[in-house]
Amino acid sequence: MVKLTKKDMLHIAKLSNLELTDSEIKKFTPQLSKIVEYVSKLSEVDTKNIKPTFQVTGLTNVIREDKVLTQNMLTQEEALSNTDEYNGYFKVFAILENRTNE
Amino acid sequence: MNNIPLTIKETQDGLKSKKFNAVELVDSYLAQIKKYNNEYNIFLTVTEEEAYKKAREIDRKGSYATPLAGVVTAFKDIFLTKSVRTTAGSKILENYVPQYSATTVKKIEEAGGIMIGKLNCDAFAHGASGENSDYGPTLNPWNKEYVTGGSSSGSAGAVSANMSLVALGSDTGGSTRQPAGFCDLVGLKPTYGSISRYGVIAMSSSLDTVGTLTHTVDDMEIMYDVLKGEDGLDGTVKNSKAQIIKKSKFKIGIAKEYFIDGLDAEVEKTILEVKKTYEKIGVEVVEISLPHTKYMVPVYYIVMTAEVSSNLGRFDGIRYGFDRSKFGEEAKRRIMLGSYVLSAGYYDAYYEKAMRVRTKIINDFNDAFKTVDAIISPISPTPPFKIGENTNDPLKMYLEDVYTTTANLVGIPSLAIPSSFSKFGLPIGFQLMGPRFSEHQLFELAKKYHKEIDFKPRVAI
Repeated sequence: MVKLTKKDMLHIAKLSNLELTDSEIKKFTPQLSKIVEYVSKLSEVDTKNIKPTFQVTGLTNVIREDKVLTQNMLTQEEALSNTDEYNGYFKVFAILENRTNE
Repeated sequence: MNNIPLTIKETQDGLKSKKFNAVELVDSYLAQIKKYNNEYNIFLTVTEEEAYKKAREIDRKGSYATPLAGVVTAFKDIFLTKSVRTTAGSKILENYVPQYSATTVKKIEEAGGIMIGKLNCDAFAHGASGENSDYGPTLNPWNKEYVTGGSSSGSAGAVSANMSLVALGSDTGGSTRQPAGFCDLVGLKPTYGSISRYGVIAMSSSLDTVGTLTHTVDDMEIMYDVLKGEDGLDGTVKNSKAQIIKKSKFKIGIAKEYFIDGLDAEVEKTILEVKKTYEKIGVEVVEISLPHTKYMVPVYYIVMTAEVSSNLGRFDGIRYGFDRSKFGEEAKRRIMLGSYVLSAGYYDAYYEKAMRVRTKIINDFNDAFKTVDAIISPISPTPPFKIGENTNDPLKMYLEDVYTTTANLVGIPSLAIPSSFSKFGLPIGFQLMGPRFSEHQLFELAKKYHKEIDFKPRVAI
């Protein structure tokens, strides 16, 4: 029986860049445990000497000519049209914190 | 005009013979939307102004010569439409207005199609009932106590409620075929890589396909021929080199593994009746074996959630949309599961294992297609279920996908075909799967079936 712990859940949430509330953790823990348990039945399939399939069409390294496609370019104004811009730039979240004396 | 035509041919015949014009067609669909949309929650955005503009343009030209001239079309809200809000059924993209349109949207517009609006769906296409939409569920036009199926809930709702002649959806694990089956429509999940996904909000990149919903198989064929082909913008798309061979003798397989516990008796009966109908018209039906059928859902839920966790990583609230706290419950569950199966220490046991079992599943199908032209399968193990019936148990909802995920994992086309009605008056269909790029053969087989049962396109309201 797979039993995910609160610690597992917080680790997965961190990897997922999600902040979960306590009630979400309480709700998701048994649900995810049950689903992981269910998908674990794959372990009974013998896959020795079987290669994984990542792409069903067999196409590899599809490339195009290294040429600027102007019809697929956005103007600065268009690119910024869905966000709060600052002087023509995207605004990102702060990643550095104020220095403290500690 | 009195009755809205239910096929592309009837629509275009009417336009060409001046029985009605495109503006009058738009009037009729909008009247239906205004009458029922509040009740059934099918459209998230109605593009009335754009539709009239396009209709007037088509009427002005007056030739109606392009393949979709005058064909009113609605798009699942995960297709980017330039200057028209696109939400993916989620609150995170509530105010998102795309700067460009999907290739498929452009192709339909260039072929003379008229966009009438954007359709409700499970948020980010995560769901098998439409109930995961952040804008509320779509009610089934055949009976509003029931779900339309999902995730392309509004797509099936719009066509079966006569609010649009055709609709586009997406199909990652059944999201076009299952709602088509629940709403008495034809639904196509095409060969992986036959239709460009450029401008369609990605869910699971090795499984995602653009789906189409229509009333008839003839219309599906017209739509497929308009939509398919390389666009230079989606690197997975490949033009089929295969010749279309008109066969006169067909052989279809039914997998013995499909008759499992949990398969509803009425759905089973439908499949057996379909088999009889094919036999009656001289198609040989044989039993085949697809031994890895029971691993379909586990493989799917590992591959899909892994790819979801990666694709939804881009929603960080910087370039568009709100921040990640606005994700709904199901998106969070899937991102969490995907991160788990990809995480250090679990990758080999889950993700890579699933990719190996996927190879075995593909081998099963390659073997089967050595002896049969197509495979008959249920679409969903049950007829449509009631709203709220499955929402407390995500695993139970996932098992809805047992028959549909196959075509996505293997990359083959599958056509959902309307057939009969349950004792509660709800639609039951079936699906036909074929080898890669065998769409036209599936259309041929479906037309033979519909001819034999004298199928007539129907609308619910």
